[in-house]
Amino acid sequence: MASTTRTAHPRERRIIFKNIDRPGWTNDIDCYLQDGGYEELKKAFTLTPPQIVNEVKVSGLRGRGGAGFPCGVKWGFIKPGGSKPVYLICNADESEPGTFKDRYIIHQDPHQLLEGMIISCYAVNARLAYIYIRGEFPEGAIILERALAEARQHGFLGKNILGSGFDLEIYVFRGAGAYICGEETGLIESMEGKRPYPRIKPPYFPAVLGLYLCPTIVNNVETLCNIKYIVRIGGAEYAKIGKPNNTGTRVLCVSGDVQRPGYFEFDVGGITMGELIYDICGGLKPGRSLKAVIPGGSSAKVMSAKDRYKIKTKQSDGTMVENEIGLEDVPIDFDTLAAVGSMAGSGGVIVMDDTREMVWALNNINEFYAHESCGQCTPCREGSLWMKKITERMLHGGGVEQDTDTLKSVADNIAGRTICAFGEACAWPTQSFLAKFREEFVATADRKANGNGSTSTNH
Amino acid sequence: MSAPNELLNVQVDGVWHQFQKGTRVIEACAQAGKFVPHYCYHPKLSSPGNCRMCLIEMGMPRLGPERKPEIGADGKPVVNWIPRPQISCAQDIAEGMGIRTDSPMVRECREGVMEFLLINHPLDCPICDQAGECHLQEYSVEFGTSGSRFLEEKVKKPKRVEIGPRVTLDDERCILCSRCIRFMKEVAHDDVLGFVSRGSHTYLTAHPGKLLDSNYSLNTVDICPVGALTSSDFRFKMRVWFLKETKSICTNCGTGCNTIIGSRQNEIYRQTPRENDAVNSDWMCDYGRLKFHYVNSPERLKTPQIREGHELVDTTWNSALLKAGEELKRFQKDEIAVVASARMTNEELWLTKKLIDSVGTSQHDVVPRTGEADQILMSADRNPNTLGAQLIGLTGEKPGSGLKEIAEKIRSGAIKAVVALGENLTKLGLGADELKKLAALIVVDILPNETTRSATVLLPSSAFSEKRGSMINIKGRLQRLNRATQPPGTARDDWEIIRDLIQQLTGSNGIYLIEDVFKQIADSIPDLNALSLSRISDKGVQLVEENEEASATV
Repeated sequence: MASTTRTAHPRERRIIFKNIDRPGWTNDIDCYLQDGGYEELKKAFTLTPPQIVNEVKVSGLRGRGGAGFPCGVKWGFIKPGGSKPVYLICNADESEPGTFKDRYIIHQDPHQLLEGMIISCYAVNARLAYIYIRGEFPEGAIILERALAEARQHGFLGKNILGSGFDLEIYVFRGAGAYICGEETGLIESMEGKRPYPRIKPPYFPAVLGLYLCPTIVNNVETLCNIKYIVRIGGAEYAKIGKPNNTGTRVLCVSGDVQRPGYFEFDVGGITMGELIYDICGGLKPGRSLKAVIPGGSSAKVMSAKDRYKIKTKQSDGTMVENEIGLEDVPIDFDTLAAVGSMAGSGGVIVMDDTREMVWALNNINEFYAHESCGQCTPCREGSLWMKKITERMLHGGGVEQDTDTLKSVADNIAGRTICAFGEACAWPTQSFLAKFREEFVATADRKANGNGSTSTNH
Repeated sequence: MSAPNELLNVQVDGVWHQFQKGTRVIEACAQAGKFVPHYCYHPKLSSPGNCRMCLIEMGMPRLGPERKPEIGADGKPVVNWIPRPQISCAQDIAEGMGIRTDSPMVRECREGVMEFLLINHPLDCPICDQAGECHLQEYSVEFGTSGSRFLEEKVKKPKRVEIGPRVTLDDERCILCSRCIRFMKEVAHDDVLGFVSRGSHTYLTAHPGKLLDSNYSLNTVDICPVGALTSSDFRFKMRVWFLKETKSICTNCGTGCNTIIGSRQNEIYRQTPRENDAVNSDWMCDYGRLKFHYVNSPERLKTPQIREGHELVDTTWNSALLKAGEELKRFQKDEIAVVASARMTNEELWLTKKLIDSVGTSQHDVVPRTGEADQILMSADRNPNTLGAQLIGLTGEKPGSGLKEIAEKIRSGAIKAVVALGENLTKLGLGADELKKLAALIVVDILPNETTRSATVLLPSSAFSEKRGSMINIKGRLQRLNRATQPPGTARDDWEIIRDLIQQLTGSNGIYLIEDVFKQIADSIPDLNALSLSRISDKGVQLVEENEEASATV
């Protein structure tokens, strides 16, 4: 993996990915220290925990895992002076299809993550922290274990870190291979040795009743890395990167039908979808045209190249102007993608050109979610497999007229009615594919079976 | 902290009600007369919120500019409705909360969940034991649709799994509500059940190398809302809608779990626990539950018999009672002993005491039965009415302490006549040969044993399910047995037999109804003064302050 080094595109602003593929860079602590590593930790200890929490609030940092929840607000839910211990968990269960950013941080720059975590633990007064890494990342787990050992040797972990009086231990916890373990309460259940069934909220908000029913902060890898830079430059300065309410940088993972897929780091909202596809990723393959983009991991709602979106932008004089734009002009930030009916999600941008059959694409996604539904609550458990069976049957020529309507109503019966956000994650693809490409589904359903007209197969 | 009895204002389907603080939303709805369908929720277990059948619309008071609730024209808070449906099983009510249990959104949610639950369900109701008491059937009629849109092949799962010695599992019928798992963990304290595999392929099983063999395993069958867990004993025996249901109590230990006896055409098919929070919550042990088959036994004693030489020969009730009376009159009071049972009802024990008084003997006791209390329901006292026997004076502080002396006197020949009521005298350490030496052995019982075979007069009586009467459980709760079935042949109710024995000795005493017996007890025992047999409610009456040391701890 490290052999495929590539230089950053001139339009990128690499903060989190500064050291990814950097010539001569190694993931050991010596390299990290020579580059000024753990200086922000030393700076953090000159601040009080509430000061750091406040800096994070001021920075406007939003979670990079998928939901985009403001990090400082999440930290603020931890009430100081509680009788129970506080835990911090780094969510390294990166499993959203189309997303491959956290693994690079773990593989190539683990100490950046550790430094961010130690600062964060200090800020929320967590004395015990875990890195929950997905089971499919065995090498990442080994690298993290080594990095933790190095950090301990250098006194960045353990008792009285750097004379600050602050004690902290961090452990690696390996998952066993389930998408749902990325859902923070499912992750917590998994750590407690149980099936990763997400908890009902209320009452089980992690900040109140998290790991072992103690206050717990769960943050994504990229989010925690950002904390280091907020401490370095201050929340106010950080907030100047990107756009209001969409601050900082974002690592985007581009996959699909582009010439040069890969990972890129930009100011949030600093680039449009068209610029990303054509300028950064070398455009589509010869002779192809853009059909659709899934902008934030496979659960984000698909966007069609034919769509026109009305978005409001704030002028310098404070007035709002409404513009109609196409998919290629949509800036990639949290609020705009939400406003056009999708989401920034995990930063996984999946590009599809005109050769892609939408029923096939949706079936591919449905297959994933049917396989990954934990099965705890009824709508998601039964609906995700049902949707997959319908799209698979359609693909095999067994479609019937009512399939499109059935698909839509099954998805509608899942979204908003489940214990966790997986319900939306598995329903949104079907809902959006049908909304955007209905005629293709109708045509596929009408297409009579070529051969035996076989219907379903067992999943 | 707020006052424990604080009442909160909650709007349910447009009407404002007041409920106790701490009430679950779903329970508040029920109190308001609005039933919210549910599968996974069980009031005695934790709430996982997984079935999604209890989704309702919920809202909280809309806050004005000063963060205070806005008050509407009706003087009540204006409800700000949450756009997403909410489960009602896991949240407590809050002041000013609004609930809609029957809105279009709620109906749509229920219809959706019903459809999801049924697409992979085998729909084998014609051969399913749960049919007739199945929540899938019931809610399907009430909240589902008539047709199916499902064109796919159903998921296949294990069937006819003997998940334990008394429970059979059909995973295809299971709706994965996890009630059984939670019961085993939270109530039975034997965490043997769990789900394996994922998504729609998830199925219930016992952990590797384990069985669902707890003495409480059959409660999982009761709380299973569908036909996934079935009782191996009851399976395929009877359609449930044919069962006559009789409220009764279990007589296999001092706890006295409240039960429902399911019978048809004078045969018991099953016993299930009946909710009583003062006794057994919603549960009962497998041991007590399944201990009814002897009632249906073909061996049951059906006809009174008297000894003629070495033989017991059938006779009429009149001649059998006459002979019993004559035998008792032949002996001095010190030559007579009465061995009664703490399995007898208060009414039977009361009359037995009268009989003892008529005879004049002081040689009487009951046979104790003890075991280990299990800290759940099963009491160390395996007799159901020890307190009754003590209260009425059949035995003393230590039940059974007089038996040794009685046995010795039987052996020595000092005691020549014994009345044995529902107890086998071999439990006193006496052999059949020693029993045969008795000049008179009057036995009242339901099944043959060494004692009945040694009787001079054998009077067939009734099992627990065949009689009315009261008992007092280990916690001092007066409870009532009700008649579910009739005794076989010419066997009679025990209290009538004992009354008639007394009449043989003293003439008529004017007792024609069991209510009269209870009235006599009530008139002479202060704890029971204000009561009548009919007035003991279905859930019993607490006579004395609960004994903290009592073993039942559910």
